[in-house]
Amino acid sequence: MSDAHDNGKFLVGIFDDDDVVLQAVKEVKNAGVRIHEVYSPFPIHGLDVALGHPRTRLGIAAFLFGLSGTLTALALTFYTEGFDWPMIVGGKDSYSPIVYVPVIFELTVLFCALGMVGTFLVSNGLGPTVKPLMYDLRTTDNKFAMAIDLSKNNIGESDIEQILKKSGAAEVNVKQF
Amino acid sequence: MASAHAIPSLDEEFEFTAESKRRIMISLGVGVVLVAIGAYLLASGAGSHETHVAAHGAGGHEAHEGAHHAYKWTNRLWANVWLNAIYFTGASVIGMFFLSYNYLAQAGWSVAFKRIPEAMPAFLPFTGIAVLLVFFIAGHDLFHWTHPGLYDKASPEFDPIINGKKGFLNTPFYLIRVVLYFVLWYGLWRVLRNFSLQEDLYGGTDYYEKSIKFGTAFLLVFGVTSSTSAWDFVMSIDTHWFSTMFGWYTLASWHVTGLAIITLTVVTLREQGYLKWINESHLHDLGKFMFAFTIFWTYVWFAQFMLIYYANLPEETIYYRERFSGYGGIYKAPFLVNLLLCFVFPFLILMTRDAKRTHIILKLAAWCIIVGHYFDFYNNIMPGTVGEHAGFGPIEFGMILIFASGFVWSLYSQLAKANLIPKNHPMLEETLHHDI
Repeated sequence: MSDAHDNGKFLVGIFDDDDVVLQAVKEVKNAGVRIHEVYSPFPIHGLDVALGHPRTRLGIAAFLFGLSGTLTALALTFYTEGFDWPMIVGGKDSYSPIVYVPVIFELTVLFCALGMVGTFLVSNGLGPTVKPLMYDLRTTDNKFAMAIDLSKNNIGESDIEQILKKSGAAEVNVKQF
Repeated sequence: MASAHAIPSLDEEFEFTAESKRRIMISLGVGVVLVAIGAYLLASGAGSHETHVAAHGAGGHEAHEGAHHAYKWTNRLWANVWLNAIYFTGASVIGMFFLSYNYLAQAGWSVAFKRIPEAMPAFLPFTGIAVLLVFFIAGHDLFHWTHPGLYDKASPEFDPIINGKKGFLNTPFYLIRVVLYFVLWYGLWRVLRNFSLQEDLYGGTDYYEKSIKFGTAFLLVFGVTSSTSAWDFVMSIDTHWFSTMFGWYTLASWHVTGLAIITLTVVTLREQGYLKWINESHLHDLGKFMFAFTIFWTYVWFAQFMLIYYANLPEETIYYRERFSGYGGIYKAPFLVNLLLCFVFPFLILMTRDAKRTHIILKLAAWCIIVGHYFDFYNNIMPGTVGEHAGFGPIEFGMILIFASGFVWSLYSQLAKANLIPKNHPMLEETLHHDI
């Protein structure tokens, strides 16, 4: 996940193997270096734990989007059938909630799904006019990149480069945004 | 982190101890005693006070049926045997179902506890015998459609609707179907079980490949027989009524029960010190399975209910009238308890990630589902067979104990026959490092 506010000078370690990068994350962190983010062509099991990312809050977002759908559907069905134009169908009350469960369910799912697509675009900094920040183009192919924000580390650039090399980086590049 | 753990030894035999054998025999004995007490009470008429309380049935359909077969107290006994036989048939066959779709999907994660679903179908012959026995002894009392007069135009009993179902609901075809279900389910399970045991001895991927083929064959068979058996075992009791969702509905009920039994067994064995290689990710996936199919059952339950509610056709709504307000309202409590135990409770407690990784919550949810779906079958079977004479007495609890003891005995003795993890399974590495 890229941060929309990425700027400044970064040191990018390039790795060839997912096991190596996972191990390197632990070593680099143990050496006292703050890792900005790791980029991989595919999900690596245990990487988020190793990086110390907090638990995702996507569940809360999904719940709130779903809840807004539920409330919309309740309001819609109640207003139209219970208040604006009451109709008796099949001998039931004009507003009988059981009948509207499918509507409520569908709108909940719809709002949740669309909301999550929006969340995905916003949290990943994607959009029609946005130019994505790439630390290394090869992370879309077969390489793994570990980005280190130099402004957030007190250790010198050459020391960090040494640490990265020692933990298995095939090459270390500088990236300026 | 799961992958950080050292993998424990894979040589582990389940020991069916004399102590657990003794406990099962005791509960079986208690069950038999309870059934005997219940039968004595019913036979001597102590249970008849329920009859006076009960108001008259929900409609003409019941009154019409009541007119030509008098109620005997043994009906309740046989209805109970039938109920438990159907419930535990489902619990057993779902083991095979679980194995088969995991083979077809080439799933690796479930290999760690594969021996448990693999042990479940061993109980099928017993429930099969119980089903046939009840049908021969009391089929006439439990199944309205077995009355020959219904199909005879000259008879006052003649029923044009049931007569129209004669092609499917006739005793010879029914018996052929029932025997076929058990033979096919049990037979295909034996094949898969033998492959699995031979794989332990000889290794290689041949047994795995063959298991995929036979597992898929079972899924084809079960795709049809799960629906038809639901009609035969449960829906044909309410002969006039039908629901196009009933096959799915019963499968959903059986399936989530089976998943709850698998989860409960995994957790119980872990607490006894077995299955050390099962990590939190396996538990999480089992929890998700229960959670998902709890919702699936509710979805089918509600879909069936809502269509009938919405259309409001008398011949369909009678089914829910009988259960909600008919027979003096005696089915209202089980009807609501069913929804509470099968949906509300497991749905709420299994919601979070941490809950699905916690032994005690998984156990609670599994027990909820197992008990809840007993009520599900109770609601589907009892009103059509014993109507206002149903209740919860010693006979109900005793019968549950008898069948449950048999099931657990069969499960444990199967588990004791093989190493608790299939050591030569091609997916072994994947399951040992399962991490989500």
